[in-house]
Amino acid sequence: MSRMPIRMTVNGKAAELVAEPRTHLADLLRGALLLTGTHLGCEHGVCGACTVELDGIPARSCITHAGACDGAAVRSIEGFDADPVMAALREAFSAEHALQCGYCTPGMLITARDIILRLPDADEARVREELSGNLCRCTGYRGIVHAVLRVLAERRGTAP
Amino acid sequence: MKPAPFGYARPGDWPEALSLLRDGARPLAGGQSLGPMLNLRLAQPATVIDLRHLPGFAGVAVQDGYCRIGAGTSHAEIEDGAIPGRLGAILAGVARRIAYRAVRNRGTIGGSLAHADPAADWVAVLPCFDGAAIALGASGERRIPLADFVLGLMETALRPDEVLRAIELPVLPPEARWGHWKFCRKPGEFSKATACVLAVPGEPPRAVLAALDMPPLVIADAGALLAAPEAEAARIVAGLALRDPWRAALVRTALHRAALAAWEMEE
Repeated sequence: MSRMPIRMTVNGKAAELVAEPRTHLADLLRGALLLTGTHLGCEHGVCGACTVELDGIPARSCITHAGACDGAAVRSIEGFDADPVMAALREAFSAEHALQCGYCTPGMLITARDIILRLPDADEARVREELSGNLCRCTGYRGIVHAVLRVLAERRGTAP
Repeated sequence: MKPAPFGYARPGDWPEALSLLRDGARPLAGGQSLGPMLNLRLAQPATVIDLRHLPGFAGVAVQDGYCRIGAGTSHAEIEDGAIPGRLGAILAGVARRIAYRAVRNRGTIGGSLAHADPAADWVAVLPCFDGAAIALGASGERRIPLADFVLGLMETALRPDEVLRAIELPVLPPEARWGHWKFCRKPGEFSKATACVLAVPGEPPRAVLAALDMPPLVIADAGALLAAPEAEAARIVAGLALRDPWRAALVRTALHRAALAAWEMEE
């Protein structure tokens, strides 16, 4: 099948690629751009490991194919180094033991950041509900939930 | 988990989209159902037509007592209040429980309805409203009553040369009662049984049972269900002759709880 040109902005920089339309965004990031922070778990939109920011909002990169990405702005986990919310989440993930093997962590962080910014008043039940699209097989979620609640509390100026 | 090869087309206007459709290509909206099916190779279209960039694909307009929801309006937009009034509040509650936020950000109301997975949320909920699916074909728009839209497993009343352009729902008064229940063992997974009940003052209450191995069952006059929820739910579900007793129990309980929720005006 013929390849097509794909123009994207990835982590703020222009990227010009040539890919088969069937290639999914995670493979474009990992294979063509060597941004291997985006992880692939189930490859059919269930596990959340591949979650990236697409045009400013979280999306599954494994079920978004190359053609649909032409013209899009993508932010992968590598693009959040200078982001203050992500910095707070990294601290909290470390303090609360919110990761063990780290496989789910990039997708988990991008989902967590979306919760922090979109639902500043979320309680534990809502955090758990919102995290339900990201699977973790190590932690039992407790540490992840606590990390998100810790950052929410810090931003509200209340004790966690 | 890589799709079979396919071509990609991004039409710039609706006539171009329709002409691509006549060549047998598969429409793609948010891709949150078709995407996994491509990866699993359950779908192997020669070409996908990306509808996302078509003018007016997403967006909500209210006119003459009806709310017209562009097929490309995302679940997340509906969750965040894109639709005004009581109707919008009801649909926002439904949208919030579809899959996960990352999926709701891309997935669309029209894509989900046209995909016609019997367990999908909009497939289950939209027939409860006295509205229409707006199909666009070469000769213009055609209205299909929502109760007649899904014909079976991934089968709709759309003709091969039509796309779903919009969904038109009646604006609801603030007093409209709504009950919705779906059984999922994990948030966001496909429903095992869904029921909803809508009671608009001055109209017969309507109910829908869905996530069955058949098209959604629309109960056009659900007055008896609101009068005696438990007994009437049992009677309706007995009539379905479901094979598995556990399934019958789930469906019956979903309908009973949806009716109770409508009665108590809870969402």
